[in-house]
Amino acid sequence: MKAQTADESASFERPAARSSTVLRSVIAFVGSDRRFIVGGLLLILYILIALTGPGISPHDLNAPDLDVRLGAPTATHWLGTDRIGRDVLTRIIAGSQVSLEVAAGAVLMALMIGAPLGALGSYVGGKIDALVQRVMEGIMAFPSLVLALALVALAGPSVAMLWFAIAFSSIPRYARLVRSGVLTQKEREYVLAAQAMGQTPMRILVRQILPNIMAPIAVQLTLDLARAISVEAALSYLGLGLSVPYISWGTMIRDAQDFLEVAPWLAIFPGLALAGFILAFTLVGDALRDRMDPRMRRSLSRRMV
Amino acid sequence: MRLQYIAMRLVQLIPMVLVVTMVVFFVMMIVPGDPVMVMLGAVDGAQVSREVYDAMRMRLGLDQPLIVQYLHWLANLLQGDLGTSITHRTAALEVILQRLVPTMYLMVGGLIMAVIIAVPAGVLAAIHNNTKWDHLATAFVVAGISVPTFWLALVAVLIFAVYLGWLPAIGYTRPQDDFVDFLKHIALPMSVVALNIAATVLRFQRQDFLEQMQQDYVRTARAKGLSERLVQWKHVLRNSLITTFTVVGLQMAYLSGLITIVESVFNYPGIGYLLLNSIRTRDFIVVQGVVLFMVFLVIVVNLIVDILYTVLDPRIRYS
Repeated sequence: MKAQTADESASFERPAARSSTVLRSVIAFVGSDRRFIVGGLLLILYILIALTGPGISPHDLNAPDLDVRLGAPTATHWLGTDRIGRDVLTRIIAGSQVSLEVAAGAVLMALMIGAPLGALGSYVGGKIDALVQRVMEGIMAFPSLVLALALVALAGPSVAMLWFAIAFSSIPRYARLVRSGVLTQKEREYVLAAQAMGQTPMRILVRQILPNIMAPIAVQLTLDLARAISVEAALSYLGLGLSVPYISWGTMIRDAQDFLEVAPWLAIFPGLALAGFILAFTLVGDALRDRMDPRMRRSLSRRMV
Repeated sequence: MRLQYIAMRLVQLIPMVLVVTMVVFFVMMIVPGDPVMVMLGAVDGAQVSREVYDAMRMRLGLDQPLIVQYLHWLANLLQGDLGTSITHRTAALEVILQRLVPTMYLMVGGLIMAVIIAVPAGVLAAIHNNTKWDHLATAFVVAGISVPTFWLALVAVLIFAVYLGWLPAIGYTRPQDDFVDFLKHIALPMSVVALNIAATVLRFQRQDFLEQMQQDYVRTARAKGLSERLVQWKHVLRNSLITTFTVVGLQMAYLSGLITIVESVFNYPGIGYLLLNSIRTRDFIVVQGVVLFMVFLVIVVNLIVDILYTVLDPRIRYS
């Protein structure tokens, strides 16, 4: 048990560094891990595409070209056309925006609900801590996709509802990270010093402790983005995602199902786009995690027990 | 000692069950529309007389305070009463149990297949650490995490059903009716489930095996002159299988989501398919029932894994 605590505190030990040191370590870090190079480049590409949007394509997003319905990839339509002749590549680019918007919103929402709960529990302790922990354990018992499915099905899909539905089952992860982080930091000298200086608990939490527990939170955010993208796509595929005018990769694949025999590219390309995006976040998240604490992977498997 | 532990775990379950049921109960509150009208089947602006409406409201207990409604609902739940399906007009639990058998074939078959693939592959990857075999295994793990399940399933249909024509794309046959046909229908969905779970299991198996190799008992076994093969396949594997077992057990929650997707792609008539169908027909009693059923499955399996864990590894002490 003692070894476990030592492990955990090790991951929170890094103090917030100055920007020049950060830059230098970022360069050293990127160079040292292939996962980070591949994932990082892929990620930059996706985010740039999402930011520029379908405007960079010569084709109109919704204008059908009835001469080339279900067209195979050609020089004009690089990834083919759909059942009413819309350009697939243009729609995939538009889909990246929805994917990013939903995933980022969901992950931030999980953080914004989970982190205060974890901080509250660990700082106040006692009955409130126990209550928060029990509630978090209860939420963790839910199959995340099934719960998201039920929530969206009951309340109807909207961007905010999707954020909440996808965020809900991640809340305990942030609550736990922040809780264990605060618990290990609470007794450290810099916190005691801040207390002695008469800083308020709120200020100590936000200004002193938070910067020191950011690293594991950042790792979790990255990995959760991958998960959120995949859940959004699955919900859309099951017909429970955002409807027109939103374009989701999951919906594109769902629509493509009926033409699997005649136009398989309709299902294949959006799926590849999806896999690439998830891959990018997974690679970066894994690399970050291993870098931050080589022992973390072991403690992860132990913690699950 | 062990009995005490089991009792403690059971007591710990009480708050969890309360939280879980409360979440489901209050989530059902957000269903748009009047539940009384829904129960009367009068959703599209049909007229219902005041007396009938009030009688139904009383019968559903909706005139009671919320906490009473919850406790009443919970009491029914603990007796196995999940309510009456709106579309099937029979007990929701019955509807769910009818669909359970195909799902169990898929879950258990998929898990077994995953273990058969992942355990030897994980051990080989660990033994041949940093060789091309290890990299191949890592690539498989990364692909398993990144490739969306429903898309993998569609690609499988495209290859094995559309192009090669070896297997049926959708549907299900009961094994007692035609066993060969059953195998043909379950092959694709089961493989998709297995590949997905195998990626996670392989990852942990490899990692744990590498760590076990650093342990003192391995040095002792080598020092007493055992062959490397015997050390690896007997001593180390046996120890790391405990971790694997736990990881497989903890996949239960994930597995519920996974089979829902897979059953949907393959029109496979299990409880995941029932869930999606009930969402489509707005049969919220069954939706609620399936969600609860899946959560309880997760809780029970995790409990069993926890208890078996103490049996498998007697070194573990609980404080």
